[in-house]
Amino acid sequence: MSFIEVKQISKTFRLVKKKSGLKEAFKSFFKRDYFYVNAVNDISFSIDKGEIVGYIGPNGAGKSTTIKILSGILVPDSGDCKVDGITPWKQRKEYVKKIGVVFGQRSQLWWDIPAEDTFDLLKDIYDIPEKEYQDTKRELIEKLNLADIINIPVRQLSLGQRMRCEIAASLLHNPEILFLDEPTIGLDAVSKQLVRDFIKRLNKEKHTTIILTSHDMADITSLAKRIILIGKGQVLYDGSLRTLKNQYETNRLIHIKTKDKITIRNKGILNKIKAKDGYDILLNTKELSISEFLNRISRNVIIEDIDIENESIDQIIVKLYEDYQI
Amino acid sequence: MRAYYSYFKLKFISGLQYRSAALAGIATQFFFGFVYIMVYVAFYESGSSNVPMNISQLITYVWLNQSFFALINQFYKDQELFQLIRTGNISYELSRPKNMYFLWYFKILGQRLANVVMRFFPLLIVTVLLPEPYKFSAPSSLLSFGLFILSLFIGTLLVTAISTLYPILMLLTMNEKGVVNIVVVIADLLSGVGIPIVFFPNFLKVISSYLPFQYISDLPFRIYVGNILLQEGIHNIFIQLFWLIIMIILGLILMKKNLKRVVVQGG
Repeated sequence: MSFIEVKQISKTFRLVKKKSGLKEAFKSFFKRDYFYVNAVNDISFSIDKGEIVGYIGPNGAGKSTTIKILSGILVPDSGDCKVDGITPWKQRKEYVKKIGVVFGQRSQLWWDIPAEDTFDLLKDIYDIPEKEYQDTKRELIEKLNLADIINIPVRQLSLGQRMRCEIAASLLHNPEILFLDEPTIGLDAVSKQLVRDFIKRLNKEKHTTIILTSHDMADITSLAKRIILIGKGQVLYDGSLRTLKNQYETNRLIHIKTKDKITIRNKGILNKIKAKDGYDILLNTKELSISEFLNRISRNVIIEDIDIENESIDQIIVKLYEDYQI
Repeated sequence: MRAYYSYFKLKFISGLQYRSAALAGIATQFFFGFVYIMVYVAFYESGSSNVPMNISQLITYVWLNQSFFALINQFYKDQELFQLIRTGNISYELSRPKNMYFLWYFKILGQRLANVVMRFFPLLIVTVLLPEPYKFSAPSSLLSFGLFILSLFIGTLLVTAISTLYPILMLLTMNEKGVVNIVVVIADLLSGVGIPIVFFPNFLKVISSYLPFQYISDLPFRIYVGNILLQEGIHNIFIQLFWLIIMIILGLILMKKNLKRVVVQGG
């Protein structure tokens, strides 16, 4: 049995339907219309210890709801979930000691006081022994580069600085599992890189199982080998990022620098545009592989330089969402 | 226990930062104290003889109410907790391996104590030095002073237990007004902070005796001024304890129930 087992989890929210306007507002005073949203609908997956899984999907797909169920915050309507043999929402107190959570859009640090005071508070909340606490804290301060900011009241920190403190706060008790819900939201390139490197190192050194949601595909590509795609509350794809890439990355744009004229016509060539110093060719690699293509044109063309563009992962995701109509 | 103590301590320390709010509070309390006292003095001078509390007792009772107002009033609502629920930051609180009820309880207790510590001392110092009849008097006896301390302590725990119910209710209603405001106004009336319970008409006295609110501050203050027989006072302290336990149990049950149905706001 896997470390994390999620079986057919569903959760429905009831929302009040409210139309705009005074008349409607008055009506809803007496009679409320409700509608139901299936935030997650029959979701199943399993995750092994030490894995990093990217949990992706468009806004409102049910990502955060799943994370909240997995971290024991919400109770699902149906389905079962076992993490290391524990059901999160049933043995909540026992369970949450094993996990760390970072919600990128929320804060767990006390606003008016320095982050270190919140750390001390967390030490008591998680009953961390003094020595272990000091060691972990020192390590986190060093790795996340917190030495200069830990004594400043949190409200005066920049977003990037605060997020680093947030992550440290979630790891003080050395959790076995770390849930990261959009940890890099709003961060600049340098802070993002720092956070990513840190997460990677954490996984490598401590074998922490990491479940990550993000809309920044660079986060996912640099961290997760496996992704779970969710849309409209259902799992649409569960597998390696590479497979997904291969499946969707069929069209490649190739820049060829040449003085000669390219006359080739073939089924796989979707588009050919004359550029200033050569050609831009859009190739369908399923019809015609890149090596085959090069082989053919190099017979009668002298190639001075060549550049093959990768389709960005963002484009792949957009395509994927389109295909699944989510 | 350490965790709850830390929560309490942190809230207490950060509560002590709000000095200008405390100064404003002290001024308000003086103002209300004088208004009440002048009204009572006018009543007493107009010659009613059949009164349940003599004027010096009553004035001390008023000053006690004003001095400890921050500790015992019903209007205190923990904005930070409401904010937490409204914005969805409650996610973090829910992922802590501790009992949510007691985390909140000690947060509110810390805040209330911080508020009162900055206010009651200046008020007592000044009112002790006032001329008769506005003067704040010493306790009626050493024993009643001891009982007063004990009873005020339990009263503080009781009012905190009641205030903790409000954010718990808000977990479902998502709004801190509505029901809570109705409860707050009734509780304020029946707690004796405005008009002491002894002046209530009989039917209201009866209703009030079946509710916890008069055991928050009316009981300890009446013990202090000696308006209650010691034996009856001790008897009432047991009722106070009973209400404290009931309110805590009610809070624990409601919290457990509401957490199952909680909806975390936003993303």
